[in-house]
Amino acid sequence: MSAQKIVVVGGGVSGLSAAWWLARSGVSVTLLDKGIIGWEASGRNGGGCSHYQSPLFKEEQRLWPQMDELLGYPTEFSPERIVMAVTPRQLEQYHYIAQMNNRLGQRVDVLDPQQVREAVPLAGDNCLGGIHYRFGGHANPHRAVQAYAWALQDLGGTIIQHAPATGFRTSGGAVTAVESTKGVHECDAVVIAAGPQTSSLLAKLDIAMPLAAARAEMIVTEPAPMMKLGGVDGNGLYGRQTLRGNLAYGGGPHEWVEFGELGPSARPATPLTRNLARRVAELLPGAAHLNVIRSWAGVIEMTPDGRPIIDKRGNVTFCTMSGVGFGLSPASGHAIRDLVLEGACSFTDIDKLGLSRFEGIADDWRTAKGWLPL
Amino acid sequence: MTRTIDPHAIDGKFPAPATRFDVVVVGAGRSGTAAALTAAQAGQSVLLVDENPVPGHQIGNDVPLYFGGRATAATQNSERMLETLFMNTPDLEAVIEAGVELLLGTCAWGVYRNGPLVGSLPGQVVALADGERSWLVGFDRLVLATGARDLPMAFPGWSQPGVMGAAALKKLLTRYDAFAGKRVLIAGSHDLALETALLAHAKGLDVAGLIEVRDAPQGAADLVAQVEAAGIAIHCGVHPVEAKGGIDGVERVILSDGSSVDCDTLVMAIGLVPMIELADALGSARTFDAKRGGHIPLEDGAITAVGSCAGLADTGFDHSAYRFDWLNALGGACGGDTIICQCEEVTLSDLLGVQPPRYLERSPIMQARSLKSLLEDGPPNQDQIKRLTRSGMGACQGRRCRDQVAMMLAVEAGSELAALPLATHRAPVRPLPLKIIADWEESEEMRAGWDVWMGIPTQWVPYADIGTPYEEENRRVLGGNMSL
Repeated sequence: MSAQKIVVVGGGVSGLSAAWWLARSGVSVTLLDKGIIGWEASGRNGGGCSHYQSPLFKEEQRLWPQMDELLGYPTEFSPERIVMAVTPRQLEQYHYIAQMNNRLGQRVDVLDPQQVREAVPLAGDNCLGGIHYRFGGHANPHRAVQAYAWALQDLGGTIIQHAPATGFRTSGGAVTAVESTKGVHECDAVVIAAGPQTSSLLAKLDIAMPLAAARAEMIVTEPAPMMKLGGVDGNGLYGRQTLRGNLAYGGGPHEWVEFGELGPSARPATPLTRNLARRVAELLPGAAHLNVIRSWAGVIEMTPDGRPIIDKRGNVTFCTMSGVGFGLSPASGHAIRDLVLEGACSFTDIDKLGLSRFEGIADDWRTAKGWLPL
Repeated sequence: MTRTIDPHAIDGKFPAPATRFDVVVVGAGRSGTAAALTAAQAGQSVLLVDENPVPGHQIGNDVPLYFGGRATAATQNSERMLETLFMNTPDLEAVIEAGVELLLGTCAWGVYRNGPLVGSLPGQVVALADGERSWLVGFDRLVLATGARDLPMAFPGWSQPGVMGAAALKKLLTRYDAFAGKRVLIAGSHDLALETALLAHAKGLDVAGLIEVRDAPQGAADLVAQVEAAGIAIHCGVHPVEAKGGIDGVERVILSDGSSVDCDTLVMAIGLVPMIELADALGSARTFDAKRGGHIPLEDGAITAVGSCAGLADTGFDHSAYRFDWLNALGGACGGDTIICQCEEVTLSDLLGVQPPRYLERSPIMQARSLKSLLEDGPPNQDQIKRLTRSGMGACQGRRCRDQVAMMLAVEAGSELAALPLATHRAPVRPLPLKIIADWEESEEMRAGWDVWMGIPTQWVPYADIGTPYEEENRRVLGGNMSL
């Protein structure tokens, strides 16, 4: 199929990457966002780029070290990660993860406490050991989403912000145009990567996608002395030391939420800030005196099995990443581009990320899982 | 029917706060102590907290006021400061006698309640912290009496010790008794500047004069007369173009008419900003009122704002227009290399160029981007500028630059300041060490249910292992409770 005009609905990191990949292939791309690009989960996450569980992993690893050059703008990508334990249970889990990755040919080294403390000067006597991913890393979500957007524009793509999609025009079962608050956008094919709203948008096309959204929180400190490797987490936290030195960490219980078709009306943080702070202070005792200067929350959509959906029906390609969208974005965009232009992913098998695995799911699946707002 | 609980969701993990009061008052200034007294006399249980004395290092970071490095070493001695502050704050003894629980050196850093997208809290709570710990307190009614903070503005030399705010000077001269300067020059001539001059004069400081960017003194005639009677000159139609000094900061200020004024302190008395952080971080409603100092809180059920955090006294004076006159004048004195955000060292040209910090490479196409090009994509948003340039992202939590950056954005976008989305306030609204803000006594439910991310057992199974015996092994070892 030779789609010449594509509309991407959703300017989160997955939609931005897909739009950028499509523009690189020479097609005309218009991207719509309900607000500002990257404003929801794509710009509020921990910045991790180490998703060994994903079929997109190899492509993620191939691309991140090149992204600054490919996009032309800085993403702050920094390679490798260390995960450190402060309880025996954590150490057991991390050792299992190391063993599992090595079995799969993805190198992870086991570190003793002294080796961790050498690599992570902020670690303390309570460190029981850790593991070192010889892959992956972290990047700056704020900078990366803007880098995709600017790179898309540099290739001739159009970004229309503050333009929520409101409906679709179809002809013979194919989408011919996307309607937004800023007009009608004609297209040969459409990509829907609209975070939690993906489900309600697909429903307008009679495609059922089971999704639930949750609120999760992070905190950040003032800058700490720079460590050689910023991708350090563990103790129930994900996060990183930024290239400025700040320690940004999240984790812990999420809250299932509901909201309207235009997305979350608020992104409130809670006193979970205190539980996060405690775990950062335990993980990095050398930083316990540092000031926490912000907390924030983001809203993330999840599929029932917590795995992404990347699939296509007719000329509608859709993507929801279940909370691992940022790191995998260089690869998910490539996969979406392939689905749109070639009908199948060219670089890996993503069949198990298909929508059909949820066919016939009970209407009350959220109730059964306890994934309901309080 | 019993509800199925997701064990890793937040349901039931926050315990009820250990203490609660009918009324919690934040800020022991005049309005706050009056509110606390009234409530106590009506038989209500009342907690009155005041963050002063703030820790010495916070004063160094200009939190909560723009102290500009002109506090004496006495502020580093917290015991002595506590005593001084108690003596110098009116009505505290009356408050205690009325049965109010008073906590000095205790800041309120967050207010939380259930609302849109949060239903997990055990009622409405205010988060407090002192030098030892943080804790939550429940309340029926919260009275915010947090006052107003300084409005700094950049010009060459403004980031050295000796350039400070009028509210900070007042605090150091009155409650703290710890001002380190001797001879002060005051920028502004509206009531705030005039009152600042009279206070400094009464405290025995040498007041070098007032400088006013407009052509005539702006404040009330009786205040102008008092200032003149004290022999203090008001120079109109001039503004500072540079503060010059040495290792200890400001020694003299060069004015736009070419003259030079010797002084060790330049007091920015251009404006005050109502401290709405707590209410705004909560998502409470607000409005913009140019005559009351900017963004001010609206009526909000259980939360009441009193005193200047509810808005400056409306005398008909357009504070906003006045501030823009100063911004235009001082901005004209700035070079591209003048620092706007002191914490993150963001210069004026970085800000207008929307450039990343210096530790990142700026490719030619990166350098070609600018605020102007960004504004072609959509209306101005200060949080977006913050994300890209880091202005307002530092240790002072944006107190030194957020207001002036908002004004600059409005100028660049040709839009009204009131139309700009207010840059987000976030808890903790005071910088607090990890070990202080940490919950060291968290609930067993929180501990047992903690998971790094969503707690969905199938999520982290490697793709190649799906449907193999390894999938079961993965679930057995990691379960939904992964501490990774």
